Amino acid sequence: MADLTSTFCGITSPNPFWLASAPPTDKEYNVRRAFEAGWGGVVWKTLGEEGPPVVNVNGPRYGAIHGADRRLLGLNNIELITDRPLEVNLEEMTRVKKDFPDRALIASVMVPCDAESWKSIIPRIAETGCDGFELNFGCPHGMAERGMGAAVGQVPEYIEMVTRWCKEATGLPVIVKLTPNITNIILPAEAALRGGADAVSLINTINSITSVNLDSFAPEPMIDGKGTHGGYCGPAVKPIALNMVAEIARNPATANLPISGIGGVTTWRDAAEFLALGASNVQVCTAAMTYGFKIVEEMISGLSQYMDEKGFTSVAEISGRAVPNVTDWQYLNLNHVTKAVINQDDCINCGRCYAACEDTSHQAISMSPDRVFTVMDDECVACNLCVNVCPVEGCITMKTLDKGEVDERTGKPVGDYANWTTHPNNVAAISAE
Amino acid sequence: MSNSPMTPAIAAGRLPAESYTAQFSDLHPVLDHHEALVASDRCYFCHDAPCMTACPTSIDVPLFIRQIATGTPEAAARTIFEQNILGGMCARVCPTETLCEEACVREKAEGKPVEIGRLQRYATDTLMAKNAHPFARAEATGKTVAVVGAGPAGLSAAHRLAMKGHDVVMFDARPKSGGLNEYGIASYKAPGGFAQSEVDWLLQIGGITVEHGKKLGEGLTLAALQDDYDAVFLAIGLAGVNALRAEGVDKEGVLDAVDFIADLRQSTDLSTLPVGRNVVVIGGGMTAVDAAVQSKLLGAQNVTIVYRRGKDRMSASEYEQELATSKGVQIIYNASPVAVHGNGSCAEMEFEFTHEVDGKLTGTGETFRLAADQVFKAIGQTLVGAPEGIKIEGGKIAVSATGRTSMAGVWAGGDCASGGEDLTVTAVAEGRDAAEDIHASLMEG
Repeated sequence: MADLTSTFCGITSPNPFWLASAPPTDKEYNVRRAFEAGWGGVVWKTLGEEGPPVVNVNGPRYGAIHGADRRLLGLNNIELITDRPLEVNLEEMTRVKKDFPDRALIASVMVPCDAESWKSIIPRIAETGCDGFELNFGCPHGMAERGMGAAVGQVPEYIEMVTRWCKEATGLPVIVKLTPNITNIILPAEAALRGGADAVSLINTINSITSVNLDSFAPEPMIDGKGTHGGYCGPAVKPIALNMVAEIARNPATANLPISGIGGVTTWRDAAEFLALGASNVQVCTAAMTYGFKIVEEMISGLSQYMDEKGFTSVAEISGRAVPNVTDWQYLNLNHVTKAVINQDDCINCGRCYAACEDTSHQAISMSPDRVFTVMDDECVACNLCVNVCPVEGCITMKTLDKGEVDERTGKPVGDYANWTTHPNNVAAISAE
Repeated sequence: MSNSPMTPAIAAGRLPAESYTAQFSDLHPVLDHHEALVASDRCYFCHDAPCMTACPTSIDVPLFIRQIATGTPEAAARTIFEQNILGGMCARVCPTETLCEEACVREKAEGKPVEIGRLQRYATDTLMAKNAHPFARAEATGKTVAVVGAGPAGLSAAHRLAMKGHDVVMFDARPKSGGLNEYGIASYKAPGGFAQSEVDWLLQIGGITVEHGKKLGEGLTLAALQDDYDAVFLAIGLAGVNALRAEGVDKEGVLDAVDFIADLRQSTDLSTLPVGRNVVVIGGGMTAVDAAVQSKLLGAQNVTIVYRRGKDRMSASEYEQELATSKGVQIIYNASPVAVHGNGSCAEMEFEFTHEVDGKLTGTGETFRLAADQVFKAIGQTLVGAPEGIKIEGGKIAVSATGRTSMAGVWAGGDCASGGEDLTVTAVAEGRDAAEDIHASLMEG
C-alpha cells in the first residue's frame, strides 16, 4: 500500500484528505469521530471574534440539487461561521490536537477587517497547538454583508493587507481561502502571495439559489416565506474548482504557491484530479455530509491502489502532473482528428446518441430500421456528445486518425501539429506574418 | 366446517375463511410514490422507443414515464389514455414481459427492464382515484353507432366514437359490461372491482348508453342494427369453447375453464366456491394458467397443467408459467388427453406422452394417469353467433387493418376479428382504430 503521507506548506498529515471548514468540523465530537475514521486533517469550523457568537436561522439551512436516483449533486447552505463561543471552540481544539498529534488541525478564522481584530485573535488561537490558519475570505452569505468573508475575498488589496497582518502575528503557516465569486481567480491568489500567504485553498462556495418553491414563490431553503442566496458546493461545482486550481497552478507568478483543492471532492478519483492539477492536498465537505466520515476509507484505498498501479511513491509525485497539459485553446492541435465509434456489442439500442446528434449536432449517426446506430465518418466532427449521452460507459469511443489518414469529412489527410495561431483563417496570424 | 386441501373430491371452503382475501389480493400492488420515482428514474427516454413500438396501442412510454418522474402523474395518465382508454386494466393484465418490457433497452443492458406496466398503473390509478375523466366530447355529429359487445374492443371503440361526438349504444349479452375484463381474467390481476369501476369511469365521457342482455341472434339482428344506426361495430368475442377430444369427457367434474373463472370472478364469497382436491387443467394459454393458479389459491391440494406440446410452444409466457409453478402448480409438457376415468364423476385423467415428428404431434404410446376430481378445459375459444353472410377467415370475422368487415357499414374488432393476438391491449387498439375509421367514414358523407 502506497505511503499517502502528505506535506502541505510544511504541515504533515498521514494522508491528503482533510475535512473542510464547515458543519462537519464544528465541534470536538465530530472532529474526534473524523480522526477516528481516518481523516488526515481538519480545518475547524470558522472562528469569529470573542463576544456573543453569531446566530443561525432556525429554519432550513440547506437546499439541494439531485441527480438520478436522488443522488445529491449540489448542496447550498446559508449557515454562518461557528455559533458557539470562541472559548469553547479553543478548549476543544486544544484537547483534540493533544489526542491526535499526527493529524493536521487548522484554525479557520474570520474577524472584522481591522489589524487589531486579526492580530489579537491569531496568537490566542495558536495556543491550541493548531498547525496553521486558514483565513476565511470566502463565505458568500451572511458574513459578507457585515464586511467579512467574500467581501474581503473579492478585493485583492484587502486580501493582501489581512494576510500580512496575520503573517506578522504568527510564525505558523497561513492559508488563504479564496472565493470563486470573482471574475479572475489569479488576482486574489497573487494578492495572497504578496501578503505573504504560505498557501491558498479553493474554492469556497458559489453564490446560488438552488430552487424555487412554485407554490410559495420563494427560493429554497425558504425561511418564513423568504429565501436568500447561499453557498453552492458538492459534485456539481467540481469542474469550476478544477479550473480555478489549474489557473493558479499554471500562472507563473503563483506556480509555486501550495494549493489545497476544494470543491466537490467525493471519491479518490476526484482527489487525484485536484492533485494532478496542482493541489497538494484536498478538503472535503459535501461528500462527508452526504455519506458520513466513512468515505475516507474508500478515498485512502482508492488513491493508494492508483499510486501503486502507476508506481508513484508519494502524493507529491501526482501533484501538478497535469499542469503542463493545461493550455489555452489557441494552442490545441487543429490537426488532431478523431471519429466516434459505436461498439455494436455493447450498444443497447436506446438511440440517445442518434437523437442528440440528429437534433442538436451534426447529423452524423445513421439509424437502420432494426435500430443499428452507426457513425458516418464523413459527417462526424468528433464533438463527443454521443459519448457523453450514451448510458453505457465505454460503448462509444473516439478513434484517433493516424497522420496521413484521410478525414472523410474534409477529404484531407491528417497533417502535422498546427494550431490557431498559424491558421489561415486567423486574421491576427496572417497580419503577424 | 372443517374442509382442507386434503378433503377428497370437490369441496368448498378448503381454507380458513379469513385467508381468501389475502390469497386473492393484488399480484403486484400499485407502486407507492417513492417506488414510482425510483422506477421512473431508470427510463433512458430512448429515441423512437422500442417499448412504444412493442405496445399494440403505441403508448408513448418514455413521455409518460418522464411525466411521472417530473411529478405530473396525471399528465402521464392522459398520455396513456390518449392511446389506450383501458390503460388501467392493461397495466394490470398486459403480458408486459412479452411486449414493452421485453423491448426495453434495459432488458438488453441489464436483464432488468424499466417496470413499465407498474408505472403505467401508478399513473392511471392516480388519475382514476380522483375520479377525473381527462377527455371531453366533441360537438355532437348527430350520427349514431351500435357497438355489439361491451368488452375491451367494444368499450374502446365506444369511447373513441363518443369522444368524436357520435352517439353510441352498446349491447352486451351479460348482465355486466367489461367482457373478459369482468368475466375472464384471474381475479388477483384486477381485484377490488376494478373492471366495473373502470367501465364507470370510461362512461363518464358521455354519449354512451349500454343495454345488457342483448345478443346477436337473440332479439338483436345485424340487419335491424344497420337500419337503426349509421354504423355497426362488432366486438362479440369468442363465446364458444373448443371441444376436448377424449373418452369420457361428459363425466361430472369436467368443466370449461372460462366458466370456472367467470364464476370465481362473480363470486362474492370465495369460501363457498367448490374446487377439487386434485385439479387437472388442460391447455397451454393464459386461461389455463389463470384457472390453475386460482384452483391452487382456492385450496386445491394438487393442481397440474397438462399441455400437449413443449414448454417453448406454450402460449402462456415464461413469466406466466413461472407464476404458476411458484404458486405450487405442476406443469406437464408433451402429453395429450386420452380419457377421463371415473364412475359418473371423474376420478382420473389418462394422458399419452407426445413428441413432434417432422413438425407433427404424435403420441409415443406411453400413457399415464393423474388423479383428477376436477378437470378444466382451457384449449381455446371459438367464434359463435357471427352474423349470417359476413366473411369468416381462419374461424374469425375477416377484417381490414382498420376493422372493416366484408359488409359495408359494419366493422369488427377484438377477439372475434381476424389478425392480432387475443390480448386485451390488442382489442383496445382494434376498437380504437375501427372507431377512427368509422368516424372518418361517417364524416365523409
